[in-house]
Amino acid sequence: MGAAVARELSRFHLSCTLLEAGPDIGAGTSKANTALLHTGFDAKPGTLEARLVRRGHELLSAYAAQVGIPLARIGALLVAWTPEQRAAFPEIVERAHANGDAAIRGVEVEELYRREPHLGPGAHGALDIPDEGIVCPFTTPLAYATEAVLNGCELRRGTRVVAVERRSEGGFNLQTTAGLISTRFFVNAAGLYSDELDRLAGHGGFTITPRRGELIVYDKLARPLLNHIVLAVPTGTTKGVLVAPTVFGNVLVGPTAQDVQRKDDTSSTAEGLAYLRAEGTRILPHLSQHETTAVYVGLRAATEHTDYQLTIHAAEGYACIGGIRSTGLSASLAIAEHVRTELGAAGLELRPKESPATVRMPNIGELSPRPYEQGGRIVCFCERVTLAEIEAALGSTIPPVDLDGLRRRTRVLMGRCQGFYCGARVAALLREGTE
Amino acid sequence: MTDVIVVGGGPAGLACAIELRRRGISDVVVLDREERAGGIPRHCAHQGFGVRDLRRALTGPAYAQRYVELAQRAGVDIRAETMVTGWSPDGSLEVTAPESRESLRASAIVLATGCRERPRPARLVPGSRPEGVLTTGLLQQLVELRSPRIGTRAVIVGAEHVSFSALLTLVHAGVRVAGMATHLPRHQSLPGAVVGAALRYRLPLWTRTLLTEIRGLPRVEEVELRDLGTGATRAVTCDTVVFTADWIPDHELSVTGGLELDPGTRGPQVDTALRTTHAGLFAAGNLLQGAEPAHVAALSGRHAAAAVAGWLNQCDRWPERVPIVCRPPLLWISPNAVSGGEPPSRDRFALRSSAFLDGPDIEIRQHDRLLWTGRLRRMVPGRSSSLPASWLVKVDPHGSAIEVQSAAQWH
Repeated sequence: MGAAVARELSRFHLSCTLLEAGPDIGAGTSKANTALLHTGFDAKPGTLEARLVRRGHELLSAYAAQVGIPLARIGALLVAWTPEQRAAFPEIVERAHANGDAAIRGVEVEELYRREPHLGPGAHGALDIPDEGIVCPFTTPLAYATEAVLNGCELRRGTRVVAVERRSEGGFNLQTTAGLISTRFFVNAAGLYSDELDRLAGHGGFTITPRRGELIVYDKLARPLLNHIVLAVPTGTTKGVLVAPTVFGNVLVGPTAQDVQRKDDTSSTAEGLAYLRAEGTRILPHLSQHETTAVYVGLRAATEHTDYQLTIHAAEGYACIGGIRSTGLSASLAIAEHVRTELGAAGLELRPKESPATVRMPNIGELSPRPYEQGGRIVCFCERVTLAEIEAALGSTIPPVDLDGLRRRTRVLMGRCQGFYCGARVAALLREGTE
Repeated sequence: MTDVIVVGGGPAGLACAIELRRRGISDVVVLDREERAGGIPRHCAHQGFGVRDLRRALTGPAYAQRYVELAQRAGVDIRAETMVTGWSPDGSLEVTAPESRESLRASAIVLATGCRERPRPARLVPGSRPEGVLTTGLLQQLVELRSPRIGTRAVIVGAEHVSFSALLTLVHAGVRVAGMATHLPRHQSLPGAVVGAALRYRLPLWTRTLLTEIRGLPRVEEVELRDLGTGATRAVTCDTVVFTADWIPDHELSVTGGLELDPGTRGPQVDTALRTTHAGLFAAGNLLQGAEPAHVAALSGRHAAAAVAGWLNQCDRWPERVPIVCRPPLLWISPNAVSGGEPPSRDRFALRSSAFLDGPDIEIRQHDRLLWTGRLRRMVPGRSSSLPASWLVKVDPHGSAIEVQSAAQWH
């Protein structure tokens, strides 16, 4: 979210600094979500979230094509597994229509199984939401941040704000773990910690209770089992367990939804994994014969409120972007646009640059040709990552600082062997490249 | 068109290529995706290689090098850093090499892509995702490449031969080993290895023990172990976890090529001559099953060459086959189909059990006919028992699947 705002603002003649508390861009909540491009068909009509997800879907679709972010609108099928769930369809359709989604339509059982032949037995029909999609959760924030940096935004990683002080002449002094920064305008996009930073800024209208979501990624050999995103009928607290292809060619099952106390509690649990395994094989029985490639855990920034906690304190020059839950990736560009407009109204002078820099990101998805398909030295066999791609990442505008960062930029070590074959060599390349 | 393309330049692939050249096949290409051919033994810096296939005692790296030299001397075209990424619709191989991308066709293809250890996510071990979680394969290469910070105190998961290999590698790298955990009631290695390790390194062996959680960030801080007998859990402090064994064939090309997999081995189903279910396609080595020692893989590659040569000379029809299936607690048999009457590699089948069995009575049946019965000595999970091949002559080639079962009780 912060990267999206920085990108948006860097297109104007401004002095802008992006502070990242973590070691890298997108290393917090952004890296561990369901990687879906939501249409917002199921959002609560009239909310900020409903509006911004819809707008964000449009903006991100266009931006992805422009900068090379893997994204595909493969469509979602929301499947009813009981008559009760089926009975909820009219309400869901009504809500989608209220949110401006005219494409949603009912799918009878026969058509459903024709379109998803490997779906488990017992479906009572589905809703087709054709504009739902999948998107790369790693390239997206990196593209934002890279574009921001190329346009003069200063990026400071590993820099956490520890105190906020208001200056008498207006603006803020931000005390960080790496010194003092003075600024006229201040945007809080601290994710899970946005409530704490909001309190440091003298506000505090919400409290974040992290909602843990565990996800299992299945082997690429399972990819042919699935054509669409298969959604569950939502309950009051969660959208339920979904099964979806990923832009990398895997199949993802998740998330669980459990409120946790600690904002760094990204541990998976035996119960959660067993539940996902059971749900996955219920929805897609052949999954039981496939290997699991990865397990990851994300924390959604849930609050006591149902809507985003997006507040612009115009007089102070402070914007708070809080409570952005699982729809943040989809809405990111719209939220940035919204914040920029509101800050402009609050007095931030917005003079557009004549020709702001644009970026073209390396393609790490399976939706279009990868570099290895032109020849090259393949280092990571499972994910087909070439030496040239690794070297390019190490020499990029925002180079990785650790293996996880290299993984998000190239896909190395993300595959089924988890480094059995190439882990030592990749670590050595990173060591050499960052020395 | 090439005569034979061998995919994978480990012991099985190289031994197969050497034997093909010896049989007079002119055009034999080995494609290996690693920087150097030689396969997994390249990273096994200990003795014990080569005695039974090369008639000399070598370390892993020397053994791998020896096979590369023998293959080069035999006129095999070894291409390193060359990876087969898939199949063209016409059945040729899609190949990425440093300077090229091409489709390669061959009259016969031998898949010898080996196997890997299941890493932590494939075992669904819960907990945090810290640094310091390894497989033996990764550990050996980290040590080989002199990586800093391997760790200071490790827990090893598994108690097979390879687990003790991991132990020696850790000790060599200056990492203390807190203990070795196995869910089984006993270790699966040779008694000497265990007694030796216990005496030299004061190694605790935790049997009937499951690793149930990994904790710590950014580095492993401790693991939770559960005693399967009492259900009690306890934490063990460590900064490194090595997941050993639990092999799975690297069967991607087998699956994308449309080969039928054996449900037990998860490798391609092969008959005794190592033909897969696809005409002109053979498989050898540890792709067939995870995992056998290097010499067994090499000898299986050498064995496959006979049927490959036969196919090239006659391009005869691909024979019909009768699959062999195992009943629990037997896990798998390899090879796992019968078509011609050819004897299997080393004149024996490899049979595995998921449990320790003392002197199990094994029965091989086809429908209601008993093909063979006999008592094996002790069966140990993760180690193959040899089953004779004398019963092959009794198989009805048009009959139903052959079943292998044990009359012994679970232990």
